[in-house]
Amino acid sequence: MPEFHQFFQQLINGIALGGVYALIALGYTMVYGIIELINFAHGDVYTLGSYFSLSILALIPLSRYTQGWELWLIAIAVILLAALLCGIVGVLIERLAYRRLRNAPRLAPLITAIGVSLILENIMQIWKGTSEVPFPQFLPDTVHTIAGIEVHDHAVLVVVVSLVAMAALNLLVFRTKLGTAMRATAQDRDAAALMGININSTIAWTFFIGAALAGVAGFISGIYYGTTFFLNGYQAGLKAFTAAVLGGIGNITGAMLGGFLIGIVEAMTSQYISDQWTSVVVFTILILILVFRPSGLLGEQVPEKV
Amino acid sequence: MKRTLAIIVGIVLLLVPLIDRNSSHISAYADTGGLVLLAFGLNIIVGYTGLLALGFAAFFAIGAYTYGFAASPQYGLHLNFWPMILVSAAVAALFGLLLGAPTLRLRGDYLAIVTLGFGEIVPQVLQNLDKWTGGPDGIAGIDQPRLFGYAFGFNPIPYYYLYLVIILIALWLLNNLRHSRIGRSWMAIREDELAAAHMGINTTGAKLAAFSLGAAFAGVAGVLFAAKLSTVSPSGFDFNTSVMILAALVLGGMGNLTGVITGAAIIGLLNFLILPQSTNWVQALGQQLHASALANLDLNQYRFMLYGIILVLVMLFRPEGLIPSATRRAELHAEQADSALPENNL
Repeated sequence: MPEFHQFFQQLINGIALGGVYALIALGYTMVYGIIELINFAHGDVYTLGSYFSLSILALIPLSRYTQGWELWLIAIAVILLAALLCGIVGVLIERLAYRRLRNAPRLAPLITAIGVSLILENIMQIWKGTSEVPFPQFLPDTVHTIAGIEVHDHAVLVVVVSLVAMAALNLLVFRTKLGTAMRATAQDRDAAALMGININSTIAWTFFIGAALAGVAGFISGIYYGTTFFLNGYQAGLKAFTAAVLGGIGNITGAMLGGFLIGIVEAMTSQYISDQWTSVVVFTILILILVFRPSGLLGEQVPEKV
Repeated sequence: MKRTLAIIVGIVLLLVPLIDRNSSHISAYADTGGLVLLAFGLNIIVGYTGLLALGFAAFFAIGAYTYGFAASPQYGLHLNFWPMILVSAAVAALFGLLLGAPTLRLRGDYLAIVTLGFGEIVPQVLQNLDKWTGGPDGIAGIDQPRLFGYAFGFNPIPYYYLYLVIILIALWLLNNLRHSRIGRSWMAIREDELAAAHMGINTTGAKLAAFSLGAAFAGVAGVLFAAKLSTVSPSGFDFNTSVMILAALVLGGMGNLTGVITGAAIIGLLNFLILPQSTNWVQALGQQLHASALANLDLNQYRFMLYGIILVLVMLFRPEGLIPSATRRAELHAEQADSALPENNL
């Protein structure tokens, strides 16, 4: 394959990879935007999305359905159900582990978040064991060859789902009452409360939506990679957080952009350097951005509140 | 009272290898000593200065590998163990400075993530640079210490006493440091960085000092770890190790040395002794009863569930830890104190 083709092939792979990171990054950025907490357990909620999807799919006699549209319908139903379950888990985590610490020093909820992440990982380990779990490949995966570059249906699925999710989230945040309440709470919690906004339910909804998006990411990454693993969420979560910071934390479009960029960086690193250096490169980017441009690409400079 | 208690505990600790003759137990006690040293180091950064460092195991790795490079067939170097303790501490401190200098001005949670990233990068790099570091297998055949002609070898007893001596020195050092000018500036920064800066404290300098000194402790722990095991590999220094140290600190009570030792002792004994031992018992029992579920049960795999539960429960219900320092407790409950104020004034 000529050099030129290889580059574009990796670009496509990177964008698909980035779609998953972008979806996870949306949850990080929303939660950080509203309560300034790095929700460390978010990556594990994403893995939980894959695990929920697996269990739901196990209940469906997939071999009975052969029509393409039937399979896509099943996929949509599974996505929605996995998202709902993850959303509920997200709300529970907030209620049990974070709410009590909302006014505690900032590091306290971060430490419980690490604890929740460990607990979730261990639950998934007990649930399906310590080896990689195959994810049923029931969706048709036609390969389109455009000018010598292969584009899989699954990759298109990842990108379309993540773009739709971002658009929907943007609408929600900027066009609905709940979105207005979220933005008000993010700006000044006390003032928002005085304006009659129910802070607790607004924050709970934020967790619900973020976790539900992670659940969606869990499903589509299962389809895209064909496997899942109980520890996937740790690295994926960290990379998605890098994406959120790269885009400017608190900024939805930024998280999306950051996700795709990190995906592309990863694909290019594995192509031109080596597979084993991808994490090192991504985390080096994380450190460099935090040091030199903590507001990210699209974020605005926010002075620290005293 | 406190002094008598300390003397009693000291005597018991000295006698442990005479009471408990099982060498795998003594090895576990020695490893617990290593965790105490690591927790001391992290306590300077998190407990005294209030900076959350999540990738602390990276400095542990740097200390261990420094000694591994300097005293193994890897490069044919066989430098003496004793001065290497200080050299590795200095190397780890240097890395602490290098990481800290650009990042310490970041706010708390960003700093946590930067150190976490660093903690991911270090073992990955050690693993990937296999030409120099031995790759995933690490370095084997690391020299073990000798003292006046006595070779430590793989006998855990001399390591146990070595840890005890180093912990004592560390305790003396930390106790003095805490009440010194720098120690008081650390705590001032923890309580209110802005106010500390306004009182004329060089906050960047003090934070850097905390970072590099904490890293130096991890470096010392790394040398002892590498020498006792005679081998190092990247997998021993991942995020899980950092979490274990953090759990020890959170459980025992940050900022208070008695608390830190207690927390590290509990977590260390759980990790190195109680979980492996009870796994053996449960499995033996399972074989007796022909219950395959019990016979194949590995309690060790639940350790991180346990650490997770400890982190969540302690932060929710007793954020100051089991044995807190008075100031730290007051800080963490400042809010209740504030809201109680008006009533008191009436």
